Amino acid sequence: MTLLDFLNFYLVPGIVLGAIYAVGAIGITLVFGILRFAHFAHGDMATLGAFIALALAASGMDPWVALPLAMAITAVIAIGVDRSFYDYLSRRPKILTVMASLGVALMLRAVVQVVWGVDPTTYVTGIVRPEEYFGILLRPRELNTLLTVVLIVVGLELFLRKSKWGKAMRAMSDNPDLARLSGVDNRKVTMLTWAIVGALCTASGFMLGINTELHSMMGWQLLLPMFAAAILGGVGRVQGAVLGGLIVGITEELSVFVVPAQYKAATAFALLLIILLVRPRGLLNGKVL
Amino acid sequence: MPLLDMRDVRGGYGDADILQGVSITVAEKEIVVIVGPNGAGKSTAMKAVFGLLNVRGGQIVFDGEEITGWAPNRIVQRGVCYVPQVDNVFREMTVHENFEMGGFLRSGDLSAAYDRVYQLFPDLKAKRRNLAGDLSGGQRQMVAMGRALMLDPKLLLLDEPTAGLSPKYMEQIFQITRDVRDAGVSILLVEQHAKQALAFCDRGYVLATGANRHEGTGQALLADREVAEMFLGG
Ligand SMILES: Nc1ncnc2c1ncn2[C@@H]1O[C@H](COP(=O)(O)OP(=O)(O)O)[C@@H](O)[C@H]1O
Ligand SMILES: [Mg+2]
Repeated sequence: MTLLDFLNFYLVPGIVLGAIYAVGAIGITLVFGILRFAHFAHGDMATLGAFIALALAASGMDPWVALPLAMAITAVIAIGVDRSFYDYLSRRPKILTVMASLGVALMLRAVVQVVWGVDPTTYVTGIVRPEEYFGILLRPRELNTLLTVVLIVVGLELFLRKSKWGKAMRAMSDNPDLARLSGVDNRKVTMLTWAIVGALCTASGFMLGINTELHSMMGWQLLLPMFAAAILGGVGRVQGAVLGGLIVGITEELSVFVVPAQYKAATAFALLLIILLVRPRGLLNGKVL
Repeated sequence: MPLLDMRDVRGGYGDADILQGVSITVAEKEIVVIVGPNGAGKSTAMKAVFGLLNVRGGQIVFDGEEITGWAPNRIVQRGVCYVPQVDNVFREMTVHENFEMGGFLRSGDLSAAYDRVYQLFPDLKAKRRNLAGDLSGGQRQMVAMGRALMLDPKLLLLDEPTAGLSPKYMEQIFQITRDVRDAGVSILLVEQHAKQALAFCDRGYVLATGANRHEGTGQALLADREVAEMFLGG
């Protein structure tokens, strides 16, 4: 196998997959860091967002144009989910919210299955040939995926570093009591966090769907690698989630050299176990769980 | 009329009363210190002023208005800022971002407020881009005070600002506290270093088991035999 083959058949797909995981993992790490619980409905929220984008695309829109709209719609839905379920439990032990999120996961999936059915589907049909960039083969959708992820990560980082409410989100994650003493409105930060998380879920589900296919269980399959990525990077660390996502994605694609391909999905699980044993606070020293 | 008038306050975190009747006043531009043994309820008394306690008796009047039972963010807006004893900075944010969070409730141009805190804490000017968690204990305490001063409070509550600091830093924090007072802010502080604190404050209170024991000017308390024997280690 030549170096180019390695790049084209293993590394590039790993990076694309990892970038998709990264976007999901950022959402998980934000919920962990700011709201302090493990959000098990994350994957199914990604499925819902992906199917909302499908509905918009079915009305004749280019899927990549439908994406930002679907992100906005799912952002509102995520706020609604918080208001309808998690908000009631916010003063109770966090484990209750974790369990509730499992229930929300099943509900969201049921909605997807009732509305769109259980059969796999796609945004676009037909075979797309990759283009060559200095020997690297990239399909337009893969290039779009990478560009979108860069745009999302840079945009989110700028928002968190420069804007007043982005700083309030970081303050809430850093020291919630002091943030409240400084006059930060917890409810507003919570709403904002859910809006961002809903949008990020949609982006990850959509990009997985456009690079493979859509089906009602896709988010559930995303959940483990996304959690592995978030914990690998360090809970509460946006840059850690990106790093973790890339590592999980690339490791999954490269795992076929070591284990049979049907065990690919177990790679994330193995990585998660290793990091919890060796460095439980993650690569970038996240919060203690 | 004092700026802060806390009268016979009772209350606690849960059902049990930790404060069994605490009365403290702070006049305009006064530095008042609370001393007393560990667990006496000094921090708790301060939290009562800031609305972090279930107050079940007595009243708290600030600047002519009763604030008993108000939520902390309403009290902040009224002009009281609080520096907790521990975890009083945003460790993963820069010094300057800590100040920005301090001014979160203010809109408009904050440059005068930044100038003021950097003037009070010139050491921090060079460290404005450092993470607060990476600073030394003394400098972190300055960040905590600076954050609280960004809202331009009338009353500043400081809970053990010199805990764990070297004598050099302790002197510096006391000096800054005086500077802050001279800039027109009244100060209520809790101190473990009772002798030094009584020597530098205007008035002091000795609390024990959740109630007032002694009060008076710093000098008078230092001269009091009983206070010296019971609370200042002879
Ligand atoms: N958050 C809390 N919840 C319940 N009890 C507390 C809390 N903080 C302090 N206490 C109790 O209140 C009493 C007074 O504590 P505190 O005001 O912190 O004392 P001091 O600051 O004088 O050392 C102690 O008995 C302490 O155990
Ligand atoms: Mg105390």
